[in-house]
Amino acid sequence: MYNQTEIIKDTTNLGPEGELIINMGPQHPATHGVLHLVVTLNGETIKKIEPHLGYIHRSIEKMCESLTYRQFIYVTSRMDYLSSHINNLGCALLIEKGMQIEVPERAKYIRVILSELTRIASHELWLGAMAMDLGAFTPFFYTFREREMITEIMEETCGARLTMNYIVPGGLMYDIHPDFQKKVKAFIKQFKEKVTEFEDLVTNNIIFQSRTKGIGILTAEDAISFGCTGPVARASGVSCDIRKLYPYDVYDKVEFDEVIETAGDSFARYIVRVKEMNQSIRIIEQLIDCIPEGDFVGKTKNVLKLPKGEFYTRVETARGELGVFVVSEGGANPYRIKFRSPGFSNLSALNHMAAGSKIGDLMATMGTLDLVIPDIDR
Amino acid sequence: MFSLEGITTAVQDWLFIKFNPTLALAMECIIVILLAITLFAGLGLVLVLMERKVAARIQIRLGPNRVGPGGMFQTVADTLKLIMKEGLTPDSADKFLFNLAPFIVMMVAMLLLAPIAFAKNFQIWDINIGVLYISAISSLSVIGILMAGWASNNKYSLLGAMRSGAQIVSYELSAGLAVLTIVVLTGSLQLSEIIAAQQNGWWIFKGHIPAVIAFVIFIIAVTAETNRAPFDLAEAESELTAGFHTEYSGMKFALFFLAEYINIFIVCAIGATLFLGGWMPLHIGSWEAFNHIMDYIPSSVWFMGKTFFLIFVIMWFRWTFPRLRIDQLLNLEWKYLLPISLLNLLLVAVIAILGWHF
Repeated sequence: MYNQTEIIKDTTNLGPEGELIINMGPQHPATHGVLHLVVTLNGETIKKIEPHLGYIHRSIEKMCESLTYRQFIYVTSRMDYLSSHINNLGCALLIEKGMQIEVPERAKYIRVILSELTRIASHELWLGAMAMDLGAFTPFFYTFREREMITEIMEETCGARLTMNYIVPGGLMYDIHPDFQKKVKAFIKQFKEKVTEFEDLVTNNIIFQSRTKGIGILTAEDAISFGCTGPVARASGVSCDIRKLYPYDVYDKVEFDEVIETAGDSFARYIVRVKEMNQSIRIIEQLIDCIPEGDFVGKTKNVLKLPKGEFYTRVETARGELGVFVVSEGGANPYRIKFRSPGFSNLSALNHMAAGSKIGDLMATMGTLDLVIPDIDR
Repeated sequence: MFSLEGITTAVQDWLFIKFNPTLALAMECIIVILLAITLFAGLGLVLVLMERKVAARIQIRLGPNRVGPGGMFQTVADTLKLIMKEGLTPDSADKFLFNLAPFIVMMVAMLLLAPIAFAKNFQIWDINIGVLYISAISSLSVIGILMAGWASNNKYSLLGAMRSGAQIVSYELSAGLAVLTIVVLTGSLQLSEIIAAQQNGWWIFKGHIPAVIAFVIFIIAVTAETNRAPFDLAEAESELTAGFHTEYSGMKFALFFLAEYINIFIVCAIGATLFLGGWMPLHIGSWEAFNHIMDYIPSSVWFMGKTFFLIFVIMWFRWTFPRLRIDQLLNLEWKYLLPISLLNLLLVAVIAILGWHF
């Protein structure tokens, strides 16, 4: 009925009586990027949602094929830019696994701390943006206050605030700043004090609860069959935390809980992310005081060459499971790279979750999916 | 004590002595129109700046602080920008209705200004059916919004206008019933008499709990009527980009924007007049000295103080709450507010008949 490339001249016979087709996006305040949703409406009720992708496709996977194993890591920062550190980590883990590179303990500790800081920063931004989708502007500024502390730590440590590019195969690019521990502790202190503000402003707000409870329900079966991962699946009661199931770096040494809710609605997804921030704080608290002394990067060859074969690693980004799949012919460049991005699978469930609800619910549902469009399009 | 009464009567007397009655009346009209337009422009500038400063304060930031001292001329600069912008009319829009809509919304706001008493004896038109006039005129603004949404030929605008229609028509009822409680207590529709009845205490204190309930319902209903968050579904920028004024630009957009703020001012002024005693100073029973000191504060200051307090409350709502959904919004009105206001009105009628209020 609707084709993206075709310009519809005659608009009289578009679908059944009373149906209204709205193009939400590619420029729309709630899609947070260039996502294009073709929404079929009947009055205020949504009948069908059809996501159209490709507006920000930069062929990252193809680009990676022409880069060496040292270089391609940094392109992945631009995929899910809110958890760029974790993307880099996933690629570095793959190379380390493929070439059996020993990573010093110090590097592992710092990687995990930074991963968790990235996760908190991402969830903070999501919280603010989601509240904004529901029409509350103020939480955005409160979450950005804490996020700013993290980006400052990142800036001092890696030299960048958003696309960190801090990881090299075998460890880290350079050592942490001397003030790193002090600043992270200051952040933890502030975060613990201020996290109650979100509870007051958002969680316990009756309008917020009525807007999110029972909205966009995704059952555990559906979550699995759509391939949802991360907080979206965990809110439906699916245990899928890669940090728990297939621990990498030092996640097997720290104590933390996998946050699982069973309601599967937007409010459950919200609660999962808020609790995850607290778990991330718990992980950082365990690690921050016992970063071992030593090298920050292991010994590697100058030119890295993966042995011939296929390699796969996965990491838990803020949005879910990021899979990195590399086919190597034994050369200095990967033969083929495929990323399994969490956002793509999560987006695929949107029609199932939001069909039949109101336009306002679409924002609540889409907001809690935590979509980052460059992650979906790559 | 200090009052604008002297100035107005002096001007009127002078005009009627100098010219014949018809000419004097015409000149009075012109003066009033000029004053009203000046007030409009002034209010627009002040309220927009106030909104931005209140928002900034709530959102731990500074707000406008570059243009003029403390960002005072920010709104002036914004208005200049909007005046110089091109007022686009979309090709597929109904051009006549599209261009007419912002003026209707603005005109409704202007008409509502007539019966409001800004200070002691400082009122444009002390009509004897003032409350009825306000209820009747304020329900006209929905026509302008529906017109804007329909004429834009934009799906977002249409949805916004539909929402706005459902919302304003529903909340008009609660607002009307809340206002009616005060009419029942006073026994008059004339605003000056309603104010005079609050000489020895404002209705919110005198009318026991029913008056407080009516006041709360009134504030909720007028927030919805003026399309302010958390009831800003007609605009709902995260859902409908900008709702009914998506297609408007330049000064036409500015008129919608200005009308929103003028409407807020007017509904708050009505709230202050009906529930908080209008320009009446705060008097507490037999505290003669206290009452005397309160009398020294000019009546215009009392009126503006009360009105701006209510405006602040409505702005506070906007920057605190998330938006409701359309069905929740209508549920709130038809399932909760309307039955409560009806019961409340009954209660107030009983109180008024038995003379239980002070």
